[in-house]
Amino acid sequence: MALQETELGDLPLFAATKKVYPQSVSGRYRRAKWLILGLCLGVYYLLPFLRWDRGPNLPNQAVLADLANARFYFFFIEIWPQEVYYFTGLLIMAAFVLFMMNAVAGRVWCGYLCPQTVWTDLFLTVERFFEGDRRERIKLDEGPWTAGKVWRKTAKHFVWLMIAWWTGGAWVLYFADAPTLVRDLATLQAPFTAYAFIAILTFTTYALAGIMREQVCNYMCPWPRIQAALTDDDALNVTYRYDRGDPRVSVKQAERLRKEGHPAGDCVDCRQCVAVCPTGIDIRDGAQLDCIQCGLCIDACDNVMEKISRPKGLIAYDTDDNVKRRIAGEKPVYNPLRLRTMIYAALILVVGGAMVFQLATRRTIEMSVLHDRSPLFVRLSDGSIRNAYTIRILNKRPDERPVALTVHGLPGVRIEAVGVAATADLRPVVSVAPDSSREVRVLVTLPPDIHPEKTQTITFTAADLFAGERVTATDHFIAP
Amino acid sequence: MAQHQDHHEVDAHTGVSTTGHEWDGIRELNTPLPRWWLGIFYATIVWSVGYWVVYPAWPLITTTTQGVIGYASRNDIARDLALLQQQRASQAAGLTASLEQIKADPSLFRIAMAQGKAVFGDNCAACHGVGGGGAKGYPNLNDDEWLWGGSLGEIHQTLQHGIRVAGDAETRISQMPAFGKDGVLKPAEIRVVANHVRALAGLPTERGVDLAKGPELFATNCAACHGDAGKGNKELGAPNLTDAISLYGMDMASLTETLTNSRAGVMPAWGQRLDPTTVKALTLYVHSLGGGQ
Repeated sequence: MALQETELGDLPLFAATKKVYPQSVSGRYRRAKWLILGLCLGVYYLLPFLRWDRGPNLPNQAVLADLANARFYFFFIEIWPQEVYYFTGLLIMAAFVLFMMNAVAGRVWCGYLCPQTVWTDLFLTVERFFEGDRRERIKLDEGPWTAGKVWRKTAKHFVWLMIAWWTGGAWVLYFADAPTLVRDLATLQAPFTAYAFIAILTFTTYALAGIMREQVCNYMCPWPRIQAALTDDDALNVTYRYDRGDPRVSVKQAERLRKEGHPAGDCVDCRQCVAVCPTGIDIRDGAQLDCIQCGLCIDACDNVMEKISRPKGLIAYDTDDNVKRRIAGEKPVYNPLRLRTMIYAALILVVGGAMVFQLATRRTIEMSVLHDRSPLFVRLSDGSIRNAYTIRILNKRPDERPVALTVHGLPGVRIEAVGVAATADLRPVVSVAPDSSREVRVLVTLPPDIHPEKTQTITFTAADLFAGERVTATDHFIAP
Repeated sequence: MAQHQDHHEVDAHTGVSTTGHEWDGIRELNTPLPRWWLGIFYATIVWSVGYWVVYPAWPLITTTTQGVIGYASRNDIARDLALLQQQRASQAAGLTASLEQIKADPSLFRIAMAQGKAVFGDNCAACHGVGGGGAKGYPNLNDDEWLWGGSLGEIHQTLQHGIRVAGDAETRISQMPAFGKDGVLKPAEIRVVANHVRALAGLPTERGVDLAKGPELFATNCAACHGDAGKGNKELGAPNLTDAISLYGMDMASLTETLTNSRAGVMPAWGQRLDPTTVKALTLYVHSLGGGQ
């Protein structure tokens, strides 16, 4: 490759950011983006207020991360700290869904679903409302500071801050009873952390969605880099079909060239695709890091093609390979069902299935047993041998439950729990408070006439005295 | 291998200038960083100067610069410890109730258990073992046999005043005679008594020893404290000789040693060292180990 030498010094290592003024556009993908935006923001802002009745002892908020009591509630699901593997499962699923989206249609996440995209879209809408569309905004920014400009800018930033403030406000509502917290926030009685987090999120929302915008994607987000490793030749990406578009000429020139039998592209170089781009790039340069693949350039181009009576889809979800195939006179190939996407789908099903299974068979009573480290066994005055255990019983139901303990595995073995009354048939009954756990010291005694092995496995059973639900746990019984 | 060149070039394919860095034929395009990034970088440097002023920062010869707000992580610990002391004091206030009341109240009992366990580890575990499992000469606190009684009150009395503590009027005290050393019994008689005691406990006796004199020797010398049947007497701290537990061992050598030179274990009077609520917590903890009566 030939290299041209230039003077030293025309190479800045740092450059001022060129502000992007995305133009409004209408079309299929814009409509899809509005719909997703409304849905995502609606869920985010309103979900904390949704109620879900769980009975008298538990909170009635549908989605709540109760950090103080170490519980997470999601509609009918309640998760204890030791069950965070559900989140691990969700994260694994999310990763596979991202991979799959990528293999099917590129950066769907970036273009439509990412909070950065959704909030930037919302903030841009506010900007357009106060400052007008692309041309007006450029003119406004270049123009002098008139009263009108001050008013427009102030109003825009004020509304941005309000949205940012409400974004932070909605976030903290997921961590406490929402209506109560709203009242406490309004009467200045909420905890300091609530105000601190609202302030932090107000700042980040305002800065990231209002000011940083595409800079976040270009410089801060790792996903565009990972993206490069995840795409393949069959993945649909927002593509400028240069087989159709080039050579780029004006409408009149194209007509003349076609009449004369010369090739002429459909691209009239109107730069509408560049004008509407939220990251300010030219899609005709091909796949690039800065492209979030929101599809707005497709809408812009389709509108132009309609006006000049050329077929739509000059920019479309397509692959580079198809462009090359068409140039070579072959048929384009679309291949969403291929080994890779099927493996992703299978993995999503496996992980999802495992999680559903785990959830469906989740026990509401659990037990863990810990043998005393010292002494390992105790000889009693009548010669019987006793082992002591610490047993913790978890009650994941919102009612107080009596849990009976029994032990099996050695003949004539007796069980008692320190400070706990027993039933008539000598089963200690541990009463466990609603949605909590209780630790008891348990003594297991083997009568003197039995000579056990040095170490023997015994099985503890904890059973709800009334509901019948039971769990077992094994541990050792140690003898001299 | 990186090659640094003094001049910069323009990559003909992209039209973008390069930084002049080249690795194995791959040239780095010059994509300028945004200026705000540089601004933030400088801002963090300025911010660090603020840290030097506010927090302890620069090492001096014997100390460091202290910072204007006088922060020290040591103060945080002192504050946390003071808070802990305060919490413990308020919890200990609940332990002024009677032992039975504490045992009946789950929240007070939990506090007593936690405190008792910690205090046991600090003071008792050295002799009685971490879990109170004991050793030869140091009673196992988990079993159901007690020299001085295993009720809450009796355990509390033993802990408060100790065993054979000189100068404590209420201490647990008794003295087994040194039958051999003091010439009360001859070695042959001691052998007979030792075998008799083994027989009482259901253990095999030595061959060739005439046990006929055993009951008489036992009745004369031992029964006053250990009882006619050797069942012991908690009033006197005299152990039950017939059960499966023994403090000093039931083999011939240990028994001979016990009978010849006597045994007189000592435990400190914890009432002199620990405050009343701590002794109570300790009592409840020991009682809960498994042998409490």
